[in-house]
Amino acid sequence: MKPLSRRRFLKGALNGGAVTVALPLLDVFLGDNGTAFADGTPIPLRFGTWSWGLGMSEAVFVPRKTGADFDLPEEIAALAPVRQHINLYTNFHVFKDDAPNLCHHSGWVVLRSGIAPMTRENRPGETIDVSVARRLGNATRFRSLSATATGDARDSFSYEGGSSVNTPEWSPLRLYQRLFGEDFQNPNAGTFTPDPKVMVRKSALSAVMEESRKLEKVLGTADRQRLDQYFTGLRDLERRFDLQMTRPEPREACALPPAPEDLPTGLDADLVSKRHRMMTDLLLMAVACDQTRVFNMFYASAFSATTRPGYDKPHHTATHEEAVDPELGYQPNTSWYTRRAMEEWAYYVRALADFREGDGSLLDNAFIYATTDQSFAKTHSIEGIPLFSAGTAGGRVKTGLHIDGAGTPGCRLGYTAQRLMGLDIESWGGKSNTTSSEIGEILA
Amino acid sequence: MSINNRLSAARRKLILPLLLLGSLAACQPESVDLAESGQGATPLRARMLTAEQYANTIAGVFGGDISAGILPPIPPMDRTDGLLASGAAFVGATSDQISQVQLAAAAVAEKVVDEDHRDFLLPCRPESPAAADPACARLFLADAGLLLTRRPLAEARLAELVSLANYAAGGTGSFHDGLALALEVILISPEFLFIVEQSESDPRRPGEARLDAYSLASRLSFLLWNAPPDAALLAAAGRGELHSEAGLNAAVDRLLESPRLADGVRAFFDDMLAFDEFHSLAKDPGVYPAVTGATLEQAREQTLLTVVDHLLNENADYRDLFTTKKTFMSMQLAPVYGVPAGEGWTPHRFAQDSPRMGLLTHVSFLAANSHPVRSSPTLRGRAVRELFLCQRVPDAPPDVDFTALEEAEGALTARERLEVHSTNPSCAGCHRLMDPLGLALENFDGAGIHRDSENGAPLDISGDLDGVAFDTIPGLAAALRDHPALSSCLVNRLYAYGTGGPVSRLRDRDSLDWLEQRFAANGHRFRALLRDLATSQAFRAVRPE
Repeated sequence: MKPLSRRRFLKGALNGGAVTVALPLLDVFLGDNGTAFADGTPIPLRFGTWSWGLGMSEAVFVPRKTGADFDLPEEIAALAPVRQHINLYTNFHVFKDDAPNLCHHSGWVVLRSGIAPMTRENRPGETIDVSVARRLGNATRFRSLSATATGDARDSFSYEGGSSVNTPEWSPLRLYQRLFGEDFQNPNAGTFTPDPKVMVRKSALSAVMEESRKLEKVLGTADRQRLDQYFTGLRDLERRFDLQMTRPEPREACALPPAPEDLPTGLDADLVSKRHRMMTDLLLMAVACDQTRVFNMFYASAFSATTRPGYDKPHHTATHEEAVDPELGYQPNTSWYTRRAMEEWAYYVRALADFREGDGSLLDNAFIYATTDQSFAKTHSIEGIPLFSAGTAGGRVKTGLHIDGAGTPGCRLGYTAQRLMGLDIESWGGKSNTTSSEIGEILA
Repeated sequence: MSINNRLSAARRKLILPLLLLGSLAACQPESVDLAESGQGATPLRARMLTAEQYANTIAGVFGGDISAGILPPIPPMDRTDGLLASGAAFVGATSDQISQVQLAAAAVAEKVVDEDHRDFLLPCRPESPAAADPACARLFLADAGLLLTRRPLAEARLAELVSLANYAAGGTGSFHDGLALALEVILISPEFLFIVEQSESDPRRPGEARLDAYSLASRLSFLLWNAPPDAALLAAAGRGELHSEAGLNAAVDRLLESPRLADGVRAFFDDMLAFDEFHSLAKDPGVYPAVTGATLEQAREQTLLTVVDHLLNENADYRDLFTTKKTFMSMQLAPVYGVPAGEGWTPHRFAQDSPRMGLLTHVSFLAANSHPVRSSPTLRGRAVRELFLCQRVPDAPPDVDFTALEEAEGALTARERLEVHSTNPSCAGCHRLMDPLGLALENFDGAGIHRDSENGAPLDISGDLDGVAFDTIPGLAAALRDHPALSSCLVNRLYAYGTGGPVSRLRDRDSLDWLEQRFAANGHRFRALLRDLATSQAFRAVRPE
């Protein structure tokens, strides 16, 4: 038996023994928005994303009026109940420069990572939620959470770069088990008993890392980076173990939901809607219970294959093959799909607004960034791609506005969002997408 | 245009005699003497276990009831050069993924030591269940570590784990809880999650490198069983036997003769056929009420049963998979095929006058490469090119004018609708490679159910595959069966699958050509191809990346 080992375990255990984890000062500073729960606990800031597929029918999507009290053309009529909580951004551009226009791919990749991809397999940079989670995610059990309403684990707009994708939860039941299963510590429970195994787990991690570091000697550069990433993940585990040994702060809006039924696979619009709402409810409850402060909800993929009962073309096929009705001025079935998406966006925003926190709602303490992959999908256009935001980020953002981007980079919204979340960045995006210009009209 | 349809005349000349030779040699498979070049080698790889390999490992080491109910904490792989398995050489694990790895590790470890399993899975009983027992912990951890990390644990590592088990037993007041925590450490270590290959100098080829014996054992076992090496293979590696021709041949033959070979072959074809699509595949119940999720799962199973039976049990020509009338039928699938069936899976032969023959007419292929509400000649044609011929069809250009497609709205058949593809130059280049193949399968709707007409209009299923014309399904099947790229594609995919990453068209060309010649000369017998690959120099020799 190596005495060194025991000493290392004890050292780890002692570190772990300091069970009240002091957050780094910067995180505390940036993570609070000045508002407080009834008991005086500061309310943290949250960042969320939402995505829908295949853009819009401009003629019936873009309001005529900009600024406050904007009109709601028929394709976005479903947003009426949440208009005061959102901003709509139109006439913003995504630039590909010398990169190819990868259909249904370039648009969302630029808006999420700031960089135009060179190939379909290429995932440049890291996505905005990952950058924000580095700042906001350290105080919660999950740095970030992703869920998809498509039932397909491959549908994710969240990645750390290269081949490292944050896999979304794709079934309501699985999401429930992950969030509220055995490891869930109810912040409102009267008692708190830390599991003695957690302390051992934490001390054991250093052993894994030290021994496994030897692997680096036999790996090439690219594989060494993958191993380094693995160790980063293990260090994050240490952080989580610390949290498990810390009594959680009470959260007034947190209530353990019942386990959901599981749903069949399939992309029928009604089924997708049901899945989206179940997963939204679970995901947002996890936010209300402070299990995460960064969350991604994926309504439809870029090549959205959602189907409409009685119509033979899935959404993506319809965008290309359906004629623009000369009288209506848009593609009726394609627009039907977009309207369904807007109903779900409204549901998501409403659900955030319905969680009470302090004097306001969860939405008041969040900023939500919503994107799509094309502007006019029929021609694979990415110019004038629409975006939404929701929430005031703790009173820092004005809502209820329609902003005309005048052809400036869509990345301005992502840049603004990151600044709001406390990221100290001077600019964001690559080449023509680079911006250091916040969307000042929305800042309070 | 990156479509790989460029077999040179010279290559055709080479292959034709080999095809003939193959048919002659079929009586005596595996007896063909073609020498490998001696230059073949592949790079070292660090592959993440696939979800199935994770489950197979836990089941193999601790039993199926331990792996059941544990969802492998493995992210989806990017399909790379046609294979998810090749994506495993590049996929990374995010912090979120690692937390799932830890949860799965804890769940496995807890089950292994629970009261239902400890008596079977632990090689010893502790002196007291409430206290540390270093000797017993060491016995268990040495065995588990060997099987889980696919090589013996270094003494320092083992000592560390035993020390942890002791410490944890003290902290928890339970020998078994302590042992479980040490086992967790193995299950979250990168040595378990990644198949990290290591090299050593090759005494038979001075200046060159080869896989070390344990790395070779893993390559062999994951290729042939889709599972980690068992104790016997690890022991053979430990004794250095895998570095001798006789020892390697004996080990490979044992793996090939095991019933577990079927698991390996299924896994390979499940990957090559892109059957991961079935995880999210669904058909519109309003349009196809007979085709539920369970039906689709059985369709996938039907094809895999057919492949395994054809290639392993019958040791038949790979190419005949595309023309064979033989398959398996279940009660759930029978209505979709319009045939009777008994309980469970039973062998089935499509009637002579049935339009069904070969994999292209299986419900699995037809349904997976269709839309939820209708068939797609384009998706099917693309799948034939990409899955079976290893050709790559580029994405649609971004600036396509779709007006013509709209005008086809009133068309009755897919052929009429897709006619615009051939009249529009920006579409025609790629669609003429895809559509004719898919149109030839228009007798099957989006769920793979047979139909004589579409919207009351008769179907014209004529077309051609790279110069070979056909006007019937047997004609299409024969054209694909005899396409020269069919065999080379299989060889290419299997080589990538076995060596753990995409092939290099430049550096692996000789090895691929050699394997393809052997394959042809052996009458396209898959078992012989597996053996050739597993015992080849390219499989075990290492070159710099």
